[in-house]
Amino acid sequence: MLEINNLVKRYGQSEAVLKGLDLKVEGNSVVSIVGASGAGKSTMLRCINRLVEPTSGSIKLNGTELVNLKGAELRRARRKIGMVFQGFNLLDRLTVMENVLAGRLGYVNLYQAITRRYPQTDIERAFSLMERVGIAHYANKRADELSGGERQRVGVVRALMQEPEVLLADEPTASLDPRTSEQIMMLLQSLASELSLPVLINIHNVAQAKTYTERIVGLRHGKMIFDGLPADFNKEALDAIYGGIEAPDETVSEQPYSSAEVARHDSA
Amino acid sequence: MVDHAQQLADRIWQRYDRKTRLIRYGILLATLMVVVWAVRDIDIFWPWVWDAPNQISSLGARMWPPSPAGLNNIFNALLETVHIATLATFLTIFLALPVAYIAAQNTTPNRACLWLGRFILVSSRSVNTIIWALLFVAIFGPGVLAGILAIVFRSIGFIGKLMGEAIEEIDRKPVEAMEASGASKAKVIVYAIVPQVMPAFFAIVILRWDINIRESTVLGLVGAGGIGVILQGAIDTFAWPTVATILIAIIALVLVGEAITSLLRSKVL
Repeated sequence: MLEINNLVKRYGQSEAVLKGLDLKVEGNSVVSIVGASGAGKSTMLRCINRLVEPTSGSIKLNGTELVNLKGAELRRARRKIGMVFQGFNLLDRLTVMENVLAGRLGYVNLYQAITRRYPQTDIERAFSLMERVGIAHYANKRADELSGGERQRVGVVRALMQEPEVLLADEPTASLDPRTSEQIMMLLQSLASELSLPVLINIHNVAQAKTYTERIVGLRHGKMIFDGLPADFNKEALDAIYGGIEAPDETVSEQPYSSAEVARHDSA
Repeated sequence: MVDHAQQLADRIWQRYDRKTRLIRYGILLATLMVVVWAVRDIDIFWPWVWDAPNQISSLGARMWPPSPAGLNNIFNALLETVHIATLATFLTIFLALPVAYIAAQNTTPNRACLWLGRFILVSSRSVNTIIWALLFVAIFGPGVLAGILAIVFRSIGFIGKLMGEAIEEIDRKPVEAMEASGASKAKVIVYAIVPQVMPAFFAIVILRWDINIRESTVLGLVGAGGIGVILQGAIDTFAWPTVATILIAIIALVLVGEAITSLLRSKVL
């Protein structure tokens, strides 16, 4: 269970990005977090694994308080938090297998990491997860030889190699084409139930959020302004979250992205 | 229609406006003045300059034909030169990489280390190899060791600076991913940083080895080993045919080094 209480994040002296967030995620639920750019979605996710330092508040994962952890304790806690990134964040020059096994870096020692001598159980786990998502035949290919969708599968498998207790996905589909991004969302949804793993997904595509997740959290200016079932996520909620931003209809239509948005993600 | 064309023709466009043009002429004038000043100031003895063609032909006549005597000696000295360059480059790797690590903005442990790293790089680079060699000949006496150390001390700055820049230019995203998986700092380095700087590392080391071969050919002039020692000896004894052979040998060595490095570069990159 992930429990966030009164989470505040402020960069320097400027206005807070997160203004006292509360969120509770239990069991194997898939939660999507929607909100305009700059609403604090990414910051919230990164506060959970402390890639971003929270200013105040509390984040508990299965009873462990994460906010005050340091050094080895923080690293041990991070092992239990898998993360999938928008830009995949793979090591392009290494093979798919090496990338996948990187998920075990928190468990193996430095010598094993340098020589890539991972325990046999890790290698077995890597192969079975790669088979599950259909990339096992790429094990010895370099990561940069794969297509976008395949690369994100590597990213997902790497996160799952950590044997995480929660999976964070920061706009996992924003760099992918519409068809591929649907596949990745479906994959995350089914993996969540197979591994009984709570999954938090930052997402821009409201249509996909409604289809593939069972709970939607809406952020605006660092505050939670919607928390409910996809069925309850109506026009008013959409307007409240993206309020003042033109053309929300486009977001819920079949075409998930405007071309400008696709171009922005490509360049990102 | 005609009126319109007239209107178009009246418009003028100039690359520089009046002020820019004046500034550009000013800069040109200043440059010329510096050149004139330098030439007048350095006190060239012009009769010698006019005499140069005669000297060249006379020296050429004395050098020709290159003497084949002592070829064996020359070959051994060339080999020693290559050994100096290779050993020095190899040693430098171990000394320069830690310096590069602390001199790179994104990996340095703290400010003090950053400045220490930069200080080492700047002091290594601002002293010429020959000066380092003079220093080490004074400390260790003439010989190969002084030459190796001279090359090492100059190369630390070169390899360290370029590797530091390569580290600064890496993609931060994989680093973030490794940190998120709970990897320690050392593991992040070997897994996310090392693979990214590998191509730059090989390119830089190969380039420096190439440069070091050239540099070690002149080390002998100050007594620090290599082909330069017998070159100096030949000049001192006016053995011009031998000097010619040595110069040809140096050129051949540099060409061979060039060929090897370009072959290596195409293999690893």
